[in-house]
This record gives sequence, C-alpha cells and structure tokens, in this order.
Amino acid sequence: MTARTATWARPFAAVGRSAGGFFAAFGRFGTFFVEMLRSLRDVGTWVPLLVGQMRHLGVDSIPIALFLAAFTGIVLALQASYTFTGAVPLYFVGALVGKTMILELGPVLSGLALSGRVGANIAAELGTMRVSEQIDALETLAYNPVAYLVVPRVLAGILMFPVIVIFANAIGIVAGWITAINLLQMSTDDFIRGLRLFYEPFDITFSLIKATSFGLVVTAVGCFEGFATKGGAEGVGRSTTRAVVISSMLILVFDAFWAVVLLQP
Amino acid sequence: MIEMIDLHKSFGPKVVLNGLSLRVGEGDTVALVGFSGAGKSVALKHIVGLLQPDMGTVRVDGTDVPSLSRPDLYELRRRVGYVFQFAALFDSMTVAENLAMGLIKHGGFSKDEIEERIADSLERVELEGYEENFPAELSGGQRKRAGLARAIAFGPKYLLYDEPTSGLDPVTTTVIDRLILKMRDELGVTSLVITHDMDSAYCISDRIAMLYDGRVLQEGTPEEIRRSQHPVVKGFVEGRPELVEEGSGGMRIFANTPASRRRI
Repeated sequence: MTARTATWARPFAAVGRSAGGFFAAFGRFGTFFVEMLRSLRDVGTWVPLLVGQMRHLGVDSIPIALFLAAFTGIVLALQASYTFTGAVPLYFVGALVGKTMILELGPVLSGLALSGRVGANIAAELGTMRVSEQIDALETLAYNPVAYLVVPRVLAGILMFPVIVIFANAIGIVAGWITAINLLQMSTDDFIRGLRLFYEPFDITFSLIKATSFGLVVTAVGCFEGFATKGGAEGVGRSTTRAVVISSMLILVFDAFWAVVLLQP
Repeated sequence: MIEMIDLHKSFGPKVVLNGLSLRVGEGDTVALVGFSGAGKSVALKHIVGLLQPDMGTVRVDGTDVPSLSRPDLYELRRRVGYVFQFAALFDSMTVAENLAMGLIKHGGFSKDEIEERIADSLERVELEGYEENFPAELSGGQRKRAGLARAIAFGPKYLLYDEPTSGLDPVTTTVIDRLILKMRDELGVTSLVITHDMDSAYCISDRIAMLYDGRVLQEGTPEEIRRSQHPVVKGFVEGRPELVEEGSGGMRIFANTPASRRRI
C-alpha cells in the first residue's frame, strides 16, 4: 500500500526526490567515468578510431568557433573604445581584447558553442545506437562499447578543444585589431602596445587548461547521456537536450572553478 | 548446450522472469514463444551476458555465464551469433563493413579471408551484390538477412534469433524461416528462436517452449504444442484471448503479466 504524503509535506518530498535523483545520476556518471578509464586499456579498439573523431569533432568544429570569435573580437574592441574614451588611453583596447579573449571569452564561448554542436551530436548518435540496439550488437560481436564509442570521442575532445580555442583566441584578437585600426583610428603599434601591456604567458596556459576541461565535460556528458538513452525517438531528443544543458552548466561551473583555483592572488 | 536454470529478473517492481528453466541441446532448434512483453528477449540477452540475472543462472557448454570475467565473456560471444529483432546493423557502415566488424574483432583472419567470408555469408542469405549498400538502402527483409549474415560470418556454434520474422510479409517470413533451417542443416548450429509467430515456430523448431508468467508453461514438440489442451497454450496458439483469460483465472493478459501485477 502506498502511503499518501500530507499536503504540507509535498514540497519537501519533491525536493527530496530531486536531490535523490541528482545523487543517483551523479553516481551513475561516476560509474560510467570509471568504466571509461578502465576501457583506456583496450588500446587496440580505440586507437584506430581516434584520428577520425579528432577530425569529426575537432577540425569540423573550427569554422563555428572562429565565426563566434571573430564577432566577439569586433564587439570587444568597440565596447572597450566606448568605455575608455575620455578616461583611459585608447591603446588599452588592445589589452582588453587580448586579455578577455584569452582568459574568458575564447574558451567559454567556444565551449558553449561546441556543447551544442559536439555534445548534441554525440548524445544523438549514441542515443540512436542505444535505442536501435546497435550498442548491444557491438557487445555481441565481442567489442567493448565504451572503448569503441566513448574513449575515442572523449580523447578527441580533450585533445582538440585546446586547438580550437587557440584558433578562436587568435581570430578574436585579429578581429579586434582590424576593428581598432579601421573603425577606431588606432594604429597597429598602439593596439600591440596594449596587447602586450598586461600579457602573461600563464594566460595561454590558463586558457588551454579551461579548454581541456571543457573538452572533457562536453564529450563525456554527451556520451553518458547517449548511453543512458531510453524510449525511442523521444528519448533521443531528451538525451540530446540534457547533454547540451548539463554540459553548458558544467562549463560555467568549471569556468568559475578554474578562476578560483588558478587566478586568486 | 545452452541451459537457463531457475532464471529470475525484475526491472524495478516489474517481474519479467520468474524461475525460467530451459535447455537447448546440441544441434537443436528451440522456439521460445509467448505474448509480447512476456520477457522472451530478456531471457535471450542473459545468454550472452547483456543482462545479469537477479537469481538463477545461464550455462553455455557448462560455463556459468553470469560469473564470467569480461575477457571470458568476449570469448564466449565468439561462439554465439545474435540476430536482433530489427537487425541492429551499424547504420554508418556498409553491409560489408557490418559483416567485417565481428571478423576483425575475432582476429586471425587475413584481409582476403575476411572478404571471402563476407561473400560466403551474403551468398548464404541470398544477399549477393549488396556489399556496398548502407542499411538504410535495404528493405526490412534484406536487413534481417544482413543481420543474419553478420551473425554467421565468424562461424558461431550457437545462433540466437530475436523475433526474426516480426514485421515481415508472409513471403519474406517464409524466406527467413527457410534460411533458419538452412543454417541448421548447412552449418550445424544450435539455435534458440524467440518468436510469437506460431506458423514460424512450427516450421523451424524441433521443440517449442511457451513462456508465460515469467517461466516455461509448457514445452514439447511442435505437434504436442499444437494439440495442447492447456487453456493458455491453446488460446495462444489458436489466437483466442478468451481461452487465455479463462486459463489465467480471469485476469486480463494484455496489460502486464500476472506476476508483475502481484508485485506492484
């Protein structure tokens, strides 16, 4: 017999169920992640697939990341000029564009864009394979599906996201420079002077650490949601949405985490 | 030999298998029949370790499947071909690439041998000339045949068929039935066929077992099952729901099984 929950207790019961669901999902993700680490030993299965995934998830994603970065660089230069005019020397535009692109907007905007492109793609592809029993078929053919499907995708994400972010940072800065010399009547020397003013080599390291963690988050969450798909086309849609939402949220969480851990004086 | 011994499996509160015991001897073709949702596919997945039983066990050639380590489980899967209900072909690969997957993984085959085995398997299922087609370009019957070709390509000792004729027209159904018999006669495989198509079951099997309420209700030769006087078996094979309801104590049969209702 099912006990009825008193009206006053229902909100607490709902919170309890949500919390229980969250910790259960966290536990399932932990188990999945450990399984992924174990499957790294199955080198013969994932190595032949790695380059293909690096091309598919990484190289093919460069255009969208560059498109975003270019427009971000333009807007950054114009907003910096708008803010600084009459108060701060205009060569600070270069400093703001460079620092902001490398430390924050290059990795974060690329990560968010790729959570839509890469995370959704992985969740939909693996989700479809799950509901059409293709993952079970892999198992019956003596393949380890985690080594075959998950490991190459996650490693491709970890290796290629930093490459994408380097390109995005460069294009954002170049777009900011072109904007500065054409629309703000700045000279190239002034822009570069500003760019070098606060530059630290650690900035690049920080940007790449963030990019690597975002690559891990987007691909691992996409794979996890794809593998956990249930219930046909509707289930695939649900998994895809969850993959994008969860990986976007985790990107922002990791963004704050790295700032706290690595940027605090 | 495949043995399912007192197999129990539940998903949450829903009891699917409730003490299923079934033996498939060397060279036999056994049909496991039952209502949709009775747990036939769940039983089949236990044989290759895709599912773990809550209680009971499965033995293949005397090996206890649930207790196998992963490498040993993969070794077992090299002896068992699995034909999925909707073929489960890898849709980003051609038919030939689908067939090559198992051969590459099982190792020991040269490139020429792999090509030879692919051609031979496709010829056996009468699908020559479709090597470079993608699954989306095949009809339902052709996909099932391609799935069968993939399962026999690496020369398994056992073949497990999950609803091989569901969703097919009567002529294609007969073609698939004949292929199952051909596999038995030419390759000497031991087969377990999941179906709810009684015409197919009569045609292809040496023995038929009916799964009901999570266990085998009756088992016998096709003739014994055809002549069964058990109301549930008789109602099932003759397509008479009133007999089934009478035999199951007046309970409705199409919502879920009596066992599952008891536990909810």
